[in-house]
Amino acid sequence: MNDPVDVLIIGAGASGAAVAWSLADTKMHILCLDQGGWMNSSEYPSTGRDWEAKFYGDWSTSPNIRGRPEDYPINDDNSPIKVVNFNGVGGSTVMYTAHWPRLHPSDFKVKTLDGVADDWPIDYDALTPFFEENDRMMGVSGLSGDPRSPLTRPPMPPQPLGLSGPLIGKAMNKLGWHWWPSDTTVATMDYEGRARCINLGHCTPACAQGAKASTDITYWPHAIRAGVELKTHCRVREILTNEHGMASGVVYYDKDGVEQFQPAEVVIIACNGVGTPRLLLNSVSGRFPNGLANSSGLVGKNLMFHPYAQIYGFVKEPTDSNRAPPTCLWSKEFYDTDLSRGFVRGYGIQFGRGAGPVFEAVASEQKGILPWGADHHRVFRKLNGHRLGVSAICEDLPEEHNRVTLDPVLKDSHGIPAPKIDYTISENSRKMMAHGLARGKEILEAAGATDLCINDPIPWGGWHLLGTARMGTDPARSVVNEWGRSHDVKNLFIVDGSVFVTSGGVNPTSTIQAIALYVADQMKQRLANLFD
Amino acid sequence: MSAPNELTSAQRDDLRIVAAMIVPASDEYKVPGADDPAIQADMLATLGRDTALVREALDHLARLSGKPLADLDPVRRDAVAQEFRASGGAAAATLVRVMLQCYYRDDRVLRSLGLELRAPFPQGYTLEQGDWSLLDPVKAKPPNLRRAT
Ligand SMILES: Cc1cc2nc3c(=O)[nH]c(=O)nc-3n(C[C@H](O)[C@H](O)[C@H](O)COP(=O)(O)OP(=O)(O)OC[C@H]3O[C@@H](n4cnc5c(N)ncnc54)[C@H](O)[C@@H]3O)c2cc1C
Ligand code: SF4
Repeated sequence: MNDPVDVLIIGAGASGAAVAWSLADTKMHILCLDQGGWMNSSEYPSTGRDWEAKFYGDWSTSPNIRGRPEDYPINDDNSPIKVVNFNGVGGSTVMYTAHWPRLHPSDFKVKTLDGVADDWPIDYDALTPFFEENDRMMGVSGLSGDPRSPLTRPPMPPQPLGLSGPLIGKAMNKLGWHWWPSDTTVATMDYEGRARCINLGHCTPACAQGAKASTDITYWPHAIRAGVELKTHCRVREILTNEHGMASGVVYYDKDGVEQFQPAEVVIIACNGVGTPRLLLNSVSGRFPNGLANSSGLVGKNLMFHPYAQIYGFVKEPTDSNRAPPTCLWSKEFYDTDLSRGFVRGYGIQFGRGAGPVFEAVASEQKGILPWGADHHRVFRKLNGHRLGVSAICEDLPEEHNRVTLDPVLKDSHGIPAPKIDYTISENSRKMMAHGLARGKEILEAAGATDLCINDPIPWGGWHLLGTARMGTDPARSVVNEWGRSHDVKNLFIVDGSVFVTSGGVNPTSTIQAIALYVADQMKQRLANLFD
Repeated sequence: MSAPNELTSAQRDDLRIVAAMIVPASDEYKVPGADDPAIQADMLATLGRDTALVREALDHLARLSGKPLADLDPVRRDAVAQEFRASGGAAAATLVRVMLQCYYRDDRVLRSLGLELRAPFPQGYTLEQGDWSLLDPVKAKPPNLRRAT
């Protein structure tokens, strides 16, 4: 048996890294286990001539396609949106696109304001200091003063507008709609040991320059220097409990596939909105027959993805293509509820700068706008390097039938049941998506774009994994309390996107990490009576 | 006979012919077709995890044509290709993608497109600032953030 630790964190991704770093100053013995390993940036695709091809195989964002030994399969056949993630030190931030909005203050009060779903048990103000701390730690670039977003103070200047930004800006000005340079975790200058962005354009799947803030190069070096231990290639199978109903530790498979028990005083789960419910549901015992922390029956339920309604087109002017970070601008014009639109809540818009030649050829051929035969070359030259994209990030409301369960058949390489996803896009989201596509069409037409194509939804767009272990004050209606502790198991905490009550209409990782830092802070303040 | 991760010579012949039908050579743009030996060799060498689906696509193509593509007259060959594109599903899409990903990294093709013959890293690219005054009308509007109460 391994020596007991004070705190055991499962998952070394966005939230696991943040909580580990924050707790390090307690000088407790903190151990983090992740099923993946450390990344080697010299192997990232943009270092080779076949960089684009790798995206379709070993560097696919889909674990099912990628199939690295560190990945677990996901049965998402019954979902129009497929799960994408990354498993390794840094978690999905290794692959993310670094777009960095936060939830708005109003997002925490959707029941009060709009009469739908539930209010969060915490508000924006509770998270404000942690948003700021996280922005410093991750290293954010952007332009302060967006009139339609919460105030941020990015420590680095925004990305250049490049060629694509002005085309979008002009179109938005023509329509009189809001737009603003995005906050991003792309370093626009050298920042705390990170080199500045050199526009490799391949933030997804991974930044070879180290300019994009994945937590393997931001939080983890600090956390390890402060004494946190990180063991890689350790896949946790289940969390065990003792006769008092407290978590006693975890069973995991080490890098040699040997089963191990790791005792711990406190267990923190940071496995993301799919990995976390999977682990809880697989932690069954006499006392917890429906899975751990699941007396509410809500573990795995209320999965929210943010359906992405995407439209793109091609302008006469050259765009940035693959020679820039893919995202640079956002719009909050349609963020807030306006019932005259026929749906409640709203969406953020994320603009895309363009795509590389292989991606363009493959996507355009599949859409049927790039012909076979003699005309191929002429048409390709019209499309390649001329793409502009508009994506509506639609707020998904929590619905219990959208959920993660354990697949009865499919298993990972250690024989642990794989997660199964059942998800449908709601009527409200459908209307929102249609609205987003119609506005996107107007924007692209104002920019002079033709050959418009849509992805409704982006099929491999299940990158935001939220809501499957929601927070709340009522144990019958939530899995964790307002500071991340399980209602049922008093030394068990959850810090990843599972705890989201609602999803907002923006990319979630800034908010996920702010919550992880907030939970860590709450734990530190209550150390003397953490389990009361 | 062929090893499980290789194509038969008949399949390689069909692959070459269908590749040229998708992306033919062009004097106007000074580019080879996708049937070019170097591009075909790149495809065969890097099929890897796509081999099974590409084989499936070529089997489907062979069923549609009934004989080697090379033996069909041009009109019939075109009809088979159209049918293949329409009915080939994921396997045909994989074949086309494998072909395009090799074609659009060929030096001659990149040169014709005015693109540099290199990996993005470590040199990267330069991005111009663009016209920031475009943001002035947005800045001029009063702040409008929905209140939480
Ligand atoms: C392609 C892509 C693009 C994205 N773009 C953006 C973006 O632009 N902006 C944004 O805000 N968000 C983006 N995201 C989402 C973002 O990456 C996630 O929100 C964020 O990483 C989630 O953090 P997390 O800590 O919840 O989980 P993750 O970062 O996914 O980390 C979970 C970790 O847990 C480990 N783990 C899981 N189960 C086990 C187990 N049983 N045992 C041991 N270890 C385990 C995994 O290996 C993984 O390392 C993107 C994601 C992807 C995939
Ligand atoms: S565009 Fe910048 S942040 Fe993105 S991969 Fe390239 S160097 Fe990294």
